[in-house]
Amino acid sequence: MQARYRPLIPYLILAGSLIFVAVFAPFLTPHDPYIQDLENALTPPNSNNLLGTDRYGRDVLSRVIMGAQTTLCASLLLLLTISVVGSLIGAICGLKGGKTDIFLMRLSDVFLAFPQMVFAIAAAGILGGGLFNAAAALAIIGWSKYARISRSLVLTIREMPYINAAKMAGTSSAGILFHHVLPNIAGPVLVTAALDIGTIIMELAGLSFLGLGAQPPTAEWGAMMNNGRSMLQTSSWVILAPGTAIFITVAIFNLLGDKLRDVLDVRSERN
Amino acid sequence: MEVRNVKKSFVNKNVLDDINFSICAGECLGVVGLSGCGKSTLAKIISQFIPCDEGQIIFCGEEIANLRGGKLKSVYKNMQMIFQLPEDSFNPRKTLGWSIAEPMKNHGFKNIDERVKNLLIEVGLTPEYSARYPHEVSGGECQRAAIARAISLETKLLICDEATSALDVTVQAKVIELLKKLCTEKNIACLFITHDLALLPRIADRVIVLHEGKIVEEGVPTTIINAPKSPFTKNLMATDFFTMENF
Repeated sequence: MQARYRPLIPYLILAGSLIFVAVFAPFLTPHDPYIQDLENALTPPNSNNLLGTDRYGRDVLSRVIMGAQTTLCASLLLLLTISVVGSLIGAICGLKGGKTDIFLMRLSDVFLAFPQMVFAIAAAGILGGGLFNAAAALAIIGWSKYARISRSLVLTIREMPYINAAKMAGTSSAGILFHHVLPNIAGPVLVTAALDIGTIIMELAGLSFLGLGAQPPTAEWGAMMNNGRSMLQTSSWVILAPGTAIFITVAIFNLLGDKLRDVLDVRSERN
Repeated sequence: MEVRNVKKSFVNKNVLDDINFSICAGECLGVVGLSGCGKSTLAKIISQFIPCDEGQIIFCGEEIANLRGGKLKSVYKNMQMIFQLPEDSFNPRKTLGWSIAEPMKNHGFKNIDERVKNLLIEVGLTPEYSARYPHEVSGGECQRAAIARAISLETKLLICDEATSALDVTVQAKVIELLKKLCTEKNIACLFITHDLALLPRIADRVIVLHEGKIVEEGVPTTIINAPKSPFTKNLMATDFFTMENF
């Protein structure tokens, strides 16, 4: 690994650990996150239930671990979708120009004009509750930012001599897009995406908190906080555990995004 | 290649006004003029990056203005360009070998790896440069790689747009020598665009002087340098530090 990528290692290890926990959650939970045990409802943290139990006697630690799978997988899939679709749309607009560019950019202006969360609440409300619908609501509005970013990057790149050289080499438009344009805009888009993971986790958790995302009994951090909000003063562990999980996850991905921006900066590459 | 009555204007300003000239196979035509006189616009029009407002570009007996797709691709098989900033003319994410191979891949050549090696040797580099990235080589080496890419096809016309301007004087001389040698050996026509009049006797057989989008003088380089006719060329010569005599 090149020396300039080394500062990324601790953050990649932390983010990788979170993803590992999310992927292998069913094997890591000490108890079944969905089995109710009303006799042990709202038990404070103890040796058997390290983070206590919720109002139905379910182990909070197990639900937080399982919630990592729901929250992270949904967030990362959503991010992948909006960043790939948005970047492709923006790149095509930047390269082609003309009516396609005008139409798609005005459409993105419309979506950018709405406050994202308000639009997502309205869309999720119309589509109905559920994690998929909440993610779809965020995807409808989320692509436009990536389209704008990639279009502006492409407008700079398309005037570069290597694009003209590729044209003279007989490379097709698709070849120019996939070999010359997308690899050269990937850095800034990747950084934006890494910085967006935290926001998307918060937004999905926010929609679940409002009852528009994951539905009971699905273990999801926002939904868990919603279930425990009335017990903040009496059984604070029920809400603190998923809240802390969101805080740590968002912090890790934000720090990773910051570091990624530093190491992918072309100027620092040349220096 | 023949340029007939080409005109181009940007925002009501005439950048090129009634340009006419031709280049024969194996001939090197120098285009000289101050910054902003329309040299690069001319190169872009000939290479079909931008359209002209009026006029015709005849290449190998065919009008090439407004060609698209496969027809333009077949024109580019015979017409290549070398750019001013060598590093910027290569995709920074690809190796030099990949970029040199790209035109050959697109035109269905065989034994591409072998050809890339031979091309690198032909321009005075070693085959090891194939694995290097543009930022890992010097400007002169990068320009040599750009020349290798430009001659990788059946090139009949080479457009050099300020191809040596970003290089230091010693490297400039070597690159010009290489260009001259390759054009002579392969019978390639060369349109050598520069703002540096003193370079032209080394490479150009004929020179046109551009001023405010018009051709103000045409002739062999030594005559233009030693006995310029137009007032603009006389002024250009008077302000040019490196005249033939200084060389």
